[in-house]
Amino acid sequence: MARRYSVRRQRGFTSIALLCFALLYLPIATMVVFAFNAGTTVGALEGVSLRWFATAWNNDRVIEATIRSLTVAPIAALVATVAATMAALATTRTASYRGLAFKVAFINQPLMVPEIVTAVALLVVFSRIKVWTGYTGIGYLIAAHIAFCIPFAFLPIRARLETMDLSLERAAADLYATPWMVFRRVTFPLLWPAILAGFMLAFVVSLDDVVITEFIKSAGQETLPTYMLGQLRRTVTPEMNAISTMFLALSIAVVTLFFFLSRKKD
Amino acid sequence: MPEEKSAIEICDVTKLFGDAFKALDGVSLSIRKNEFFTLLGPSGCGKTTLLRLIAGFEYPTAGTIQLHGKDIATLPPYQRPINTVFQNYALFPHMTASQNIGFGLEMLGRPKAEIAARVDEMLRLVRMEGLRHRRTTELSGGQQQRVALARALAPTPKVLLLDEPLSALDYKLRKEMQIELKRLQLETGITFIFVTHDQEEALTMSDRIAVLSGGRVLQVGNPREIYDCPGDRFVADFIGEANFLSGEIIVATKDRAQVRLASGADILARLPDTAPQQGKVTIIVRPEHAEVHADGRPSPLSGTLESIVYFGTDTHLHVRLAHGDRFVVRRQNSPLQDAALVAGATVGVAFDLAAAQILRN
Repeated sequence: MARRYSVRRQRGFTSIALLCFALLYLPIATMVVFAFNAGTTVGALEGVSLRWFATAWNNDRVIEATIRSLTVAPIAALVATVAATMAALATTRTASYRGLAFKVAFINQPLMVPEIVTAVALLVVFSRIKVWTGYTGIGYLIAAHIAFCIPFAFLPIRARLETMDLSLERAAADLYATPWMVFRRVTFPLLWPAILAGFMLAFVVSLDDVVITEFIKSAGQETLPTYMLGQLRRTVTPEMNAISTMFLALSIAVVTLFFFLSRKKD
Repeated sequence: MPEEKSAIEICDVTKLFGDAFKALDGVSLSIRKNEFFTLLGPSGCGKTTLLRLIAGFEYPTAGTIQLHGKDIATLPPYQRPINTVFQNYALFPHMTASQNIGFGLEMLGRPKAEIAARVDEMLRLVRMEGLRHRRTTELSGGQQQRVALARALAPTPKVLLLDEPLSALDYKLRKEMQIELKRLQLETGITFIFVTHDQEEALTMSDRIAVLSGGRVLQVGNPREIYDCPGDRFVADFIGEANFLSGEIIVATKDRAQVRLASGADILARLPDTAPQQGKVTIIVRPEHAEVHADGRPSPLSGTLESIVYFGTDTHLHVRLAHGDRFVVRRQNSPLQDAALVAGATVGVAFDLAAAQILRN
């Protein structure tokens, strides 16, 4: 009997897949294991202990950086998602016109610009504003994060709107729904999973950012990633592993939560 | 203005897409109250565009659209007391059947109790009482169709628009829904405007039909008029099957003419006012209005019987006429068979004066 064609049976597919998974997850597993090291190095395992978790927990600078990260990321992700939703609606719920494709590319383009270029550009502009206004707070960091988060939130929302049947919104309008009611009762409920996905993507990208944050932050405005980067320049202790592991646990928890939230809606 | 008789009055409506494409070109139509009116034409003829203009999803480039005497051409869809049944139904997937049906009334701000009562009434009307709490994604095609109808009828619109609503259903279900639609129209007394490219559907359901092509209205009339007295060749060809004969008028009287066919034979044909009264003309003969015989009696047309196609209820006889044209005759089957009618036989084709009609050029 002829076997059904499957790309998996091609030579090399399984080995390459296994290699990729190993590359991705083996280092993470190693990192997690060494977070529980009782010794002081990240090279040799000297028994199991939670001491580095305790150290991290009692380190005020870690706590402070974490709080800053968890302040900037949700605000940036929220504002970016709202802006991205509006942009996605404006570029899909309109009759096609000259320049529309250009506008969409214009919104997506920041994804293609090297982050370092954005960082330098923002640094130049913000330093002028700092001179004029004298304001040195966390607003710059939030503004920068909003800016680079928008295209990430825009992608899934626009993709969903493009495949969403336009006749549903037509039907609602036909049944006496004003444009606002069409959005509230039909577009938004159907778009919700994509908005959630956009928000998550923006949240993770913001939480993770090093390059732009490193350029923009004023003195003492460390986020968790920039703090960790700073620590690496000194001695590396399993405290870093412990912080990363907690980070990992948090993101797994967030992803799981959102997964079930969006599942319930369907 | 006298007592308003028409539900929808379309006056000289033109719709351009971009600068070049004319989807509708000076269309005027008057659709009466409580009428089952069908817009019939091939795809791209402008029938769906016209429906969208009435619904308010598009706005005319020129011309006016009146609903019960009031100009609505520039109103947004949510301000028109007109509802639509969409081709793909467009049911809200995140709502139950009942919520879908109640949506229009809810948007109109009707009290909850009234909405619930009306939804019940609608579910009964479309015979879906048992499925009110189902998500629309869990319904079959025919059931979705019924919910879509109920949803559009629930707010009691002045006009119901139906955009090829039966095209996604299989043959049997489509037949069933045709009867169902007709029943709903009679029971509710609402004006239905039905868009289709299916001529059979149009003939069986409509009070009147408008045949469209290339953004223009070619003919408006009841199904009998459209079928029996098509104005021009396009209408004759699009609705049902037709044989066309070319000839030249020799003598024309008030409503008939003697025409000399290409074969040299003379026949009598009906001559409508709109057709040319002299010169070269085209004549239509429906396949079921002509007969074929092989007994050699004199007949206006003769030729060779090329093929015999059996259809169960009837048989199609394809005749190659002496001067080259093809002519199809449909005869109803009976247990008695004409043994002389075999492929290759020399046959004569004959028809009544009433069966032949001269067309507008």
